[in-house]
Amino acid sequence: MEQRPHGHKLYFAADSPVHRAPAHLKLLALLGFMLVVVATPGTAYPVFAVYAVILLGVVVVSRVPFGYLLPRMLVEIPFVVFALLLPFLATGPQTTFLGMTVSQHGLEAAGSLLIKATIGVAASLTLAATTEPHALIDGLRRLRLPYEMVQIMAFMIRYLDVVTDEMHRMRVARESRGFRATSFRQWGALARTGSALFIRSYERGERVHLAMLSRGHDPRGGRS
Amino acid sequence: MHVPDGFLDAPTSVATGVVAVAGVGIALRGARRELDERTAPMAGLVAAFVFATQMINFPVGAGTSGHLLGGVLAAVLVGPWTAVLCLSTVLLVQCLLFADGGITALGTNITLMGIVAVAVGWLVFRLVRAVLPPRLSSVAPAAAVAALVSVPAAALAFTGLYALGGEAPIPLGSLATAMVGWHTVIGIGEAIITGLVVSAVLAVRPDLVYGARPVMRARTLELHTTQEEPA
Repeated sequence: MEQRPHGHKLYFAADSPVHRAPAHLKLLALLGFMLVVVATPGTAYPVFAVYAVILLGVVVVSRVPFGYLLPRMLVEIPFVVFALLLPFLATGPQTTFLGMTVSQHGLEAAGSLLIKATIGVAASLTLAATTEPHALIDGLRRLRLPYEMVQIMAFMIRYLDVVTDEMHRMRVARESRGFRATSFRQWGALARTGSALFIRSYERGERVHLAMLSRGHDPRGGRS
Repeated sequence: MHVPDGFLDAPTSVATGVVAVAGVGIALRGARRELDERTAPMAGLVAAFVFATQMINFPVGAGTSGHLLGGVLAAVLVGPWTAVLCLSTVLLVQCLLFADGGITALGTNITLMGIVAVAVGWLVFRLVRAVLPPRLSSVAPAAAVAALVSVPAAALAFTGLYALGGEAPIPLGSLATAMVGWHTVIGIGEAIITGLVVSAVLAVRPDLVYGARPVMRARTLELHTTQEEPA
């Protein structure tokens, strides 16, 4: 499947051993590393420090600047909020922390969640920043992800920019006609945008399929 | 909202991973019945559509906005099996390319948002559609009710998983009440948007809507001709 996608939002172009490493090995490394992190007892803080040092080492070798990764770690904000609530929601023996009476188990769980989720986001970002989408798809194929899933993912990534650009053009068109989404009253117009986007995506899918057939694609598993 | 790494313990994460793999495997077989040989390009494009639609912000007021999850919408538009594949692919791409949702929690996220939400939503949709009169105008309300139920159902499933493999001892009753309560509010938004999008597609291309096929099949071609008067 010859494709040269124009990178994606998180990819950081550079030349490093991490960038050059085969994608399937990076995927396995990420999965294995995170399984070990998640299986580690939540209060084993020295062990987490070791994990963090390993991860920082990989980031340094990958030559992806920290200034690039840090702002992108905001994805985990919703769960930070949940973690901050845990000490107040959980039951069990109480303890004092920063002058507040909170559940000790809740506090430990919150700390554990924050540490593990942060390591997880940083590790996933490192993979995304050093691996191009087509390499990732190839890696998943090597890891024996069902061929059809690999194909679906390949098509999705190949047309993601096309579909989101189409949506962006519709937004520009709406707003150039004076539309501004401020309340429930605009939901109808936004939903019609969604419906138009679906019809265009579906019809594009049909055209892509016909184009594949016309180039001799064999629907019974042959590769196009 | 995607479950991150470390939210559930390792055994629960691995178990939901197995459930997700089995569910996606079954959905692959089912999708071939819905889309036959067109599965890959069609599901790929619909997955891109779901991903893009999740980026449309629906204003709720006071500067906040919500977005669609899209499980029931995809199920009603292209069929439940294809919807499971599309949602799973979206979650996989979000996890690997956008660092959204932990890789050890990928199975959990696929099980909750890709399988539970779509399965419950589709069953409710079938049920409501069977109760309502068999008209095209019944499809969008049925989709809305299904979307309303699907979101708290996924939240309830999450509470169940948390009971098995959660890290902090939160009283389950209050966690379930809070999760289901809050997600019912989200579900109302999901229901309205799903209903509006489905009815907008029905107005233009009813032939594309998978959930409307029984109604479309029951339609018969009516020919109205004027009989020529003998001169």
